[in-house]
Amino acid sequence: MRKVLGRVVPAAIPLVVFMVGMEWLVRVGWIKAFLVPPPSAVFNTLLRDWRELFTALAKTSAGALAGFALGTVGGIAIGVFLSSSRAIQRAFYPYAVFFQTVPIIAIAPLLVIWFGYGMRTVVASAFIVSIFPVIANTLSGLLSTDPALRDLFRLYGASNSATLWKLRFPAALPQILTGLRIAGGLAVIGAIVGEFIGGQGLGSVVDVARTQQRTDKVFAAVLLASALGLALFGFINLLSRVLLRRWHASEQD
Amino acid sequence: MAVITAGRLENGGAAVRLHNLRRTFDDLVVINRLTLDIRAGEFLAILGPSGCGKSTLLRLIARLVEPTTGTVEVTPADVKFHTAYVFQDAHLLPWRTVLENTVLPLELMGTDTAESAARARAALAEVGLAEAEVRYPAQLSGGMRMRVSLARALVTQPKLLLLDEPFAALDEITRFRLDIRLRELWLERGMTVIFVTHSITEAAFLADRAVVLTRKGGGIKMDRRLALPEIRRNELRASPEFGREMEALLAAMEEES
Repeated sequence: MRKVLGRVVPAAIPLVVFMVGMEWLVRVGWIKAFLVPPPSAVFNTLLRDWRELFTALAKTSAGALAGFALGTVGGIAIGVFLSSSRAIQRAFYPYAVFFQTVPIIAIAPLLVIWFGYGMRTVVASAFIVSIFPVIANTLSGLLSTDPALRDLFRLYGASNSATLWKLRFPAALPQILTGLRIAGGLAVIGAIVGEFIGGQGLGSVVDVARTQQRTDKVFAAVLLASALGLALFGFINLLSRVLLRRWHASEQD
Repeated sequence: MAVITAGRLENGGAAVRLHNLRRTFDDLVVINRLTLDIRAGEFLAILGPSGCGKSTLLRLIARLVEPTTGTVEVTPADVKFHTAYVFQDAHLLPWRTVLENTVLPLELMGTDTAESAARARAALAEVGLAEAEVRYPAQLSGGMRMRVSLARALVTQPKLLLLDEPFAALDEITRFRLDIRLRELWLERGMTVIFVTHSITEAAFLADRAVVLTRKGGGIKMDRRLALPEIRRNELRASPEFGREMEALLAAMEEES
């Protein structure tokens, strides 16, 4: 308990100071409330419009999670495929980089044409932005296997698949998890972008509230979107602690 | 020593014959025209300055690297899966327990059977780690990890044990203990041991025969039988005959550094 408090309290202090400061700056009139709403107004909006906001949050979560899950499975599969030979890497890796360089906001209208208005566009958008870090980290993890251990596996005549599943994949796990950590945050961004153009969720709430000059509602939706990103990040950290707890003496009690 | 003799006959060792061996990496000649006969059951130390090709020689014998020209002949010929290799660091799989790490070679060779775990436990007992089987590598000291690495090598009952500066990273007391244990294991099992090191003391303490490699070009500078007793204890380190062997090896090494 003390350990938890010790970690939460220092992080909470700047937040509280910031909120109180903003509230004060808006109330004395130094910042116009229609530009930046006071934290109390955002909080009131969260309470008043909670049904709409939380329905939107649920939809965004579903879209982001589905895109993230597809990105994870697809990214690991592509990473494993690319790691199988240098020729395959040379042939296909440049095309995998496409996912990294494509400006998602520019192709989002295309996604609407392909997948129609709704969840499928949102999932596709989240998938496209989240897959690359998974591919890149899986590949680099699979290629950086300890050469001595590879020798050991060869010495005992291990098959390629035994080497992959008993050595290279588990050894790559820390790097794959790093990729997932990055992909989680990107999936939320991808889902919101998808919703801007053709979906329903926090992204469309932001879009509508913007046209109504409801900055308090924009802030409330943004707050929920970042909470979603944080929750996903926390989940992956937890997963990584469970999976890697044997690796480091420090993570076991 | 009747028990020991029985053990030696039971397992036996492999003979290694290197003929006119040459290995280059691009333009770099690492091993050049090296011919060396290693008898079955011999304990050979290979000494040489850093970068003289000691590790490459070991990898050539293990068939992890192919020679550019020349031959490596190991008899009996089925020795492929009877070769074990111990690296400079323990190189254990951190996600596996001590026991699971020790079973690994049997698993990979496809000879994983009901008695595999029992064989792994026996190998762990031989290096004094019977109590640690459920622990993970991160929970062990450097010396214990190296013992696990040794148990992993012994679990297949190798006829040929190759060691590449295995104890170099350990403190001296731990190293002396492992030296003694390794020598005992060799006496008990009768396997052929090839031990690469840059430590003259370690080579003299462990081996019955020491080969000093030349600094450049990977040839042989000196090939010497060590006139030391079969059973070796720490007292030997202070004896005049040990000093004599050290002196001879030192002289050969000095000319090469």
